[in-house]
Amino acid sequence: MQLEETLRHKRQEKDILLMTHIVLGYPSFETNRKVVSQMVENGVDCIEMQIPFSEPMADGPVILKANQDSLAFGTTVKECMAFGAEMAATHNIPFLFMTYYNIIYKYGEERFFKDCRAAKIQGLIVPDLSPEMGENFFTLATTYQVAPILIYAPTSTDKRMETLNNFADGFIYCVARRGVTGKKSSFDQDFDSYLARCTSATSLPIAVGFGIQDAEDVACLKGKADIAVIGSQTIRLVDEKGPEAVGPFIASLR
Amino acid sequence: MDTKGYFGNWGGAFIPEILHETFEQLKISYAAARKDPAFWQEYVDIMCSYSCRPTPLTYAENLTRHFGGAKIFIKREDLNHTGAHKANNVMGQGLLVKKMGKKRVIAETGAGQHGVATATMAAKFGFDCTVYMGEVDVKRQRPNVFWMEKMGATVIPVKDGSRTLKDAINEAFRDWVTNIDSTHYVFGTACGPAPFPEMVSWFQSIIGQEARKQIVASHGKLPAKVYACVGGGSNAMGIFQGFLDEQAVELIGVEAGGKGLQSGLHASRLCGTDATPGVAQGYKTMFLQNDEGQMLETHSVSAGLDYVGVSPILADLWEKKKVRFESATDDEVMETLDLTMKMEGIIPALESTHAFVQAFKEVPHLSPDDAIIINQSGRGDKDIFTIAHAFKDPSWQEFIIERAKEYEK
Repeated sequence: MQLEETLRHKRQEKDILLMTHIVLGYPSFETNRKVVSQMVENGVDCIEMQIPFSEPMADGPVILKANQDSLAFGTTVKECMAFGAEMAATHNIPFLFMTYYNIIYKYGEERFFKDCRAAKIQGLIVPDLSPEMGENFFTLATTYQVAPILIYAPTSTDKRMETLNNFADGFIYCVARRGVTGKKSSFDQDFDSYLARCTSATSLPIAVGFGIQDAEDVACLKGKADIAVIGSQTIRLVDEKGPEAVGPFIASLR
Repeated sequence: MDTKGYFGNWGGAFIPEILHETFEQLKISYAAARKDPAFWQEYVDIMCSYSCRPTPLTYAENLTRHFGGAKIFIKREDLNHTGAHKANNVMGQGLLVKKMGKKRVIAETGAGQHGVATATMAAKFGFDCTVYMGEVDVKRQRPNVFWMEKMGATVIPVKDGSRTLKDAINEAFRDWVTNIDSTHYVFGTACGPAPFPEMVSWFQSIIGQEARKQIVASHGKLPAKVYACVGGGSNAMGIFQGFLDEQAVELIGVEAGGKGLQSGLHASRLCGTDATPGVAQGYKTMFLQNDEGQMLETHSVSAGLDYVGVSPILADLWEKKKVRFESATDDEVMETLDLTMKMEGIIPALESTHAFVQAFKEVPHLSPDDAIIINQSGRGDKDIFTIAHAFKDPSWQEFIIERAKEYEK
């Protein structure tokens, strides 16, 4: 639907799209604002904004710490929602929320979708919610036209990929390897055959994430995937060199 | 458990996709084991020869006289190898790991009992073993770290979040998603994503099976009440399963009251009013969390009860009013521990002592014709550092200071 169309349209102009990740409220919403501007100005095509959760099970040390620090600074879901709306109104690229299911569950599933719709958030990534566990969630996603983005992993069987594809929208997020976010991945022959399995299991655009850290990694994905996802690396960069370093880094990626 | 892993409104399996296939395989192996009487027999045999099953049911004659009510029986899970009921679950999962052909096990641990038990099992079965333990708990339970390392396990202190049990669980999951092909996660309690709550409860049901036979043999009939402490809930599930189908037997789960239910410093999920439904660590249950779904810090004198969630099976039994939940404060626990040691020469773990507190409150009001069972899930003597510290024992403090001086030389 809307997200898929937007991405396809962009993909016609570029040989690979870039999606980036920020943790909301880390190190502050003010910094988030600067980072997003730098990303958009330097050609990022889509941004996933993580609403922090105290138990981010699938995240590695960099994003884990960002979640915890953000919460320690007092970040609330309401603030995240307002920030999301502000970004979607300011920049002309799709914005997504990424978070864990408890955040949505406690907010109220329907209210969450309603508010996302109003904020013009185009998709949701919820790594601990499968179609089996999220019946209501997937129905609401259709009702409110917010794309539920599903994840493929190297351990997913062909049959599983097919099942997930029936519920997914926007694009498929392919996890490049086993493990959590933030560690380097190697793009070997196994990876290629995994990616071929992903591509044949869905007609949606394919994003590849986990361990994409530099131009070389992005180049490896050209011709094999539609979107390269840069996650922990920009958070590391902001920690070390401040938000100004993000623009040149993004510009160097493709 | 229904096909989606739910018990009533609770449970499920909220896991990242990377674990989906591993869970499918685990469910198949577990279902096969459950159907196979030879598996259970092998499990019972190993628990008899390697641990200390059947554990005795001790008649606490002095305490019974002291309170002047129903007869007090104590189920002695403390006499298991490694000193707690944790051995039951661990050996069961160890046999399953052998069947699945995996060579490495990981575990989380709070108090350290589950970690020690897992390290023991790994040594016996020849598995590599890594145990994740919150940094706070590493400090609280240093002797257990020593034993785990001596048995060849790697102990990794977890420095994230509240640095306790829940953070150790998150970290173990991170290890698992990285090493799924070689590794089984030996979940320590009746929580987590399906099939863990049911599988762990199944291995622990050996407690209830024995206790039921034993009480009928010594008392001539079923008990009026059965008490168990509830952290994650595995020892409670273990003993309760022996009596769940008996309307006349009341089941009481005792949670950590910490500094009191009004203080906010506790770990009472089901008996207080602070917990709300939520989804974390792979399952849905009553969690101690704020309005936005962020988990709260918990408090208990006992590391093993200091946890934000509770078994989804117990949440279901709570909702259906089949189990009553109460709490015991840190102070009540220390007082009751003192009394139990002085009157019976038995040293329950701080966790288990919570069950004793509630039992002692109620037993004087029961008829001498009746009996109660308290599940002594673990032994306290190996927690000497924690218990001596909690008692503020002056001669022990002196000893530690002297010993430290020796090491400084």
